[in-house]
Amino acid sequence: MFADYTSSELTAIFAMQGFAGLILFSVFVLMALGLAIIFGQMGVINMAHGEFMILGAYITYLTSQLFSNYLPGLFDGYFFVAMLLAFIVTAALGALVEWAMIRHLYKRPLDTLLATWGLSLILQQLYRTVFGAREVGVSLPDWLMGSYAITDIIEVPINGIFVMALTIMITIGVYLLMQKSRLGKQTRAVVQNRAMAGAVGINTEKVDRYTFALGCGIAGIAGSAFTMVGSTGPTAGQLYIVDTFLVVVFGGASSLLGTVASAFTISQAQSTMEFFLSGSMAKVLTLLTVVGILMLRPQGLFSLKVRR
Amino acid sequence: MHNLKKTGLSNSLRRNLLKGMMALPAAMLVSQLSFAAAPSTAEVNTTGLAVTDDTVKVGILHSVTGTMAISETGSVQAEMLAIEQINAMGGVLGRQIEYIQEDGASDWPTFAEKSKKLLVKDKTAAVFGCWTSASRKAVLPVFEQYNGMLYYPTFYEGLEQSPNVIYTGQEATQQIIAGIDWVTDTKDAKSFFLLGSDYIWPRTSNKIARKHIEKLGLKVVGEEYYPLGHTSFNSVINKIKLKKPDVIYAIVVGGSNVAFYKQLKAAGIDMNKEKPLVLTISVTEDEILGIGGENIQGAYAAMKYFQSLTNQNNEEFVAAFKKRWGDDIVIGDVTQAAYLGPWLWKAAVEKAGSFDIDKVRAASPNLELTTAPEGYVKVHENHHLWSKTRIGHAQADGQYNIVYETADLIEPNPFPKGYQ
Repeated sequence: MFADYTSSELTAIFAMQGFAGLILFSVFVLMALGLAIIFGQMGVINMAHGEFMILGAYITYLTSQLFSNYLPGLFDGYFFVAMLLAFIVTAALGALVEWAMIRHLYKRPLDTLLATWGLSLILQQLYRTVFGAREVGVSLPDWLMGSYAITDIIEVPINGIFVMALTIMITIGVYLLMQKSRLGKQTRAVVQNRAMAGAVGINTEKVDRYTFALGCGIAGIAGSAFTMVGSTGPTAGQLYIVDTFLVVVFGGASSLLGTVASAFTISQAQSTMEFFLSGSMAKVLTLLTVVGILMLRPQGLFSLKVRR
Repeated sequence: MHNLKKTGLSNSLRRNLLKGMMALPAAMLVSQLSFAAAPSTAEVNTTGLAVTDDTVKVGILHSVTGTMAISETGSVQAEMLAIEQINAMGGVLGRQIEYIQEDGASDWPTFAEKSKKLLVKDKTAAVFGCWTSASRKAVLPVFEQYNGMLYYPTFYEGLEQSPNVIYTGQEATQQIIAGIDWVTDTKDAKSFFLLGSDYIWPRTSNKIARKHIEKLGLKVVGEEYYPLGHTSFNSVINKIKLKKPDVIYAIVVGGSNVAFYKQLKAAGIDMNKEKPLVLTISVTEDEILGIGGENIQGAYAAMKYFQSLTNQNNEEFVAAFKKRWGDDIVIGDVTQAAYLGPWLWKAAVEKAGSFDIDKVRAASPNLELTTAPEGYVKVHENHHLWSKTRIGHAQADGQYNIVYETADLIEPNPFPKGYQ
C-alpha cells in the first residue's frame, strides 16, 4: 500500500495525516472533556451531551445573524463573542437541568442515563420547533476559512489551528481549575468521599451544580467551534455522541488525562488508517481495537485508584 | 377536445380558457365539460376505493419527524400545493382530493405499516411519498400485495421497476452519464476522484460513473466512502491533493455535506478554479442552506431541476410555492419531482376515465405533462420519466446558475447493462 507513492510523497503524507490527526484529536478532546467532567467526577451519564453541543452551535448561528444584521463592521470578531455566549447559555441550562432533574437521581446513576436521554429528545424537538427541521448555515469570518501553505503539498487549514489552540487553552484551563482552584479541590473531595466532604463544611449540592454546569458549558464551546467543520441541525448532536463516549470510556472515565491520551490514540490511528484504507474500514478497525483493549482493560487506558 | 386531455396548472388552464372564450365557441364547450357533472362513482370506481360523488382520498407518506424530516419537508409541501391547485381547478373527474397524511418517522418498518394503513383501511386511490431507497423498499411489497399506486419523487440508484410505482425522480444513469459527458467535453477532464457516503445509492452511482469514465478511456484515480454522518474529511482531502484529479466527483449526503465543503474550502481547494472542479449529484438548494453558499460557490451539480430554471411553468411554480410556504423557502430537485406526482396521477386518472388502480396503471405509459416546472416530461413504459439533465453552477446566494442542459430528453434506463 506504500508502493503507489514516492518517498517524498510518503513524508508529506505522514506530515499531513499527522496534522489531520491532530485536528481530529482536538475535536475529540473538545467533545469529550465536558462529558468526562460530568461522568468522571459525578458519575452521571449525560446522554444529552450532544444536544448541549448543538445548543452552542445554534447560539453561534444566532450571534452570527445578529452581527451580520446589526454590527457588520465587527463581524470578524463575532466568533469570540459567540463562544462566550455559548458557554454562558449552555452552562446556565446545565445548572437548571441539574437543579430540576439530575440532583434527584444521584442515588440512581443508571436512571440518569434514561432521564438525560429523554432530555436529549426534548431538546431535539425544541430545536426543530424553534429553528426548523433543516440545517442552518453558520457563516464564518473570512480569516477563519483560509489555509496556510507550508510546502507545495502540505497546507494546513486555519480553522484547524484555531480548534487546536482552543483545545489546548480549555484543557489547561480545566486542569488548573480542577487541580488548583477551590472549586476543583472541593469537587475532587466530593468525588472521593461525599459524606466526609459534607462533614468538613463543603456545600456538596453547590459543587455538584457547578461541576455539571461547567461540563455543559464546555460542550457549548465545543459546539460553537464545530460550526466551522460540522453541520448544525436538530439531530446533529447524535452524530458526535458515539465518538464522545468512545473516547471517554477508552480513556478511563474518571481521568481527564486519560481522556486526552485516548483522544490522541484514537485520532492518530483513525487518521493514518483512513489514508491507506477506506474511511469506513478505518472506522471499523478503530472500533475493533478499542473493543479489544477494553476487554483486556475494562477500566480504560488510564484510571484513578479510588478507594471504594 | 385536445385541451381536455391536457393537464395543467390552474394558471395555465385559466389562460387557455380565457384565450378560448375570447376566440371560439369550441373552447366554451371545453370549459363546460371540465366543470360538468362528474361521472357516477360506480362508473369510475369498481374496486371499492375511497371515492364518493364529491371527493377522492389519497395519501401523503413522508417523514415529518426523525432524521429524514430535514429532507422530506419540501416534498410534503410540494405535494400539498399540487393537490390544492388541482382542487382549485375542479379536482379529478369532478371530485375534490382529500389527503390523509401519515408520518413515516424516518423508520422503515413504520413506513411499511403506514402504507398498509393507507391502502387497506383508508382505501386511498394513490399515495405520494417516501424518500430514501430503504423506505421505498420497505413499502414496495405492501403496494404490490394490496395493489396500490405510489408516486416516488427521489432521484435514486435504479435497478428497480414495479407496476405499482411511478418514479418521478431520475434514475442513476439519467443523472450521472450526462454530467460526466459534460465535464469531459467542456472542461477537458481526464481524471476523477470518486467520493461518497457509505450506502447503496452512492456506491451504485459511483459504479455507474466509474464504468462510464473508463468507457471514455479516462481514469479514476481514487474512490472513497465514509460512514453516514461522518464529519472529518481532512484525510480524503489530503489524498485528493496528492492525486491531483481534474474532477472531484462527490456524492456525500446529508449533514456530512456541510463538513465536507467547509473543510474542502478551508484546505485551500478553490472551487472557482476549473481544476480540480467539484461535480456533485447530491447537493440541492436545500442542502446549500446548511452548507452556506460561500462554502460551495463554484461547484457544479448535475440534476434535472434547479430553482433558477427560466421557463413560464417554473416561474409560476416558484411563485405559487413561495406564496403558499413562505418567501425564504428554497426548492430543490426532489421537491419539484414530488410536485409532479399528483399532476401525473390526475392525468392518468382522466386518461383512464377511472380511479381503478389497474386502469390508472394502464393509462400511465406515454402520458405527457407539458406543464411541469422542469419542462416537458413523459412517462416511459418502465414507469420512470423521460427527462433532461442540467448542470448547475453554485453561487454564493445559494442558487445554481444553469450552464448546460441536454438537448433531448434522456430515456430512463433503470437496468443498465452489467448491473443486474
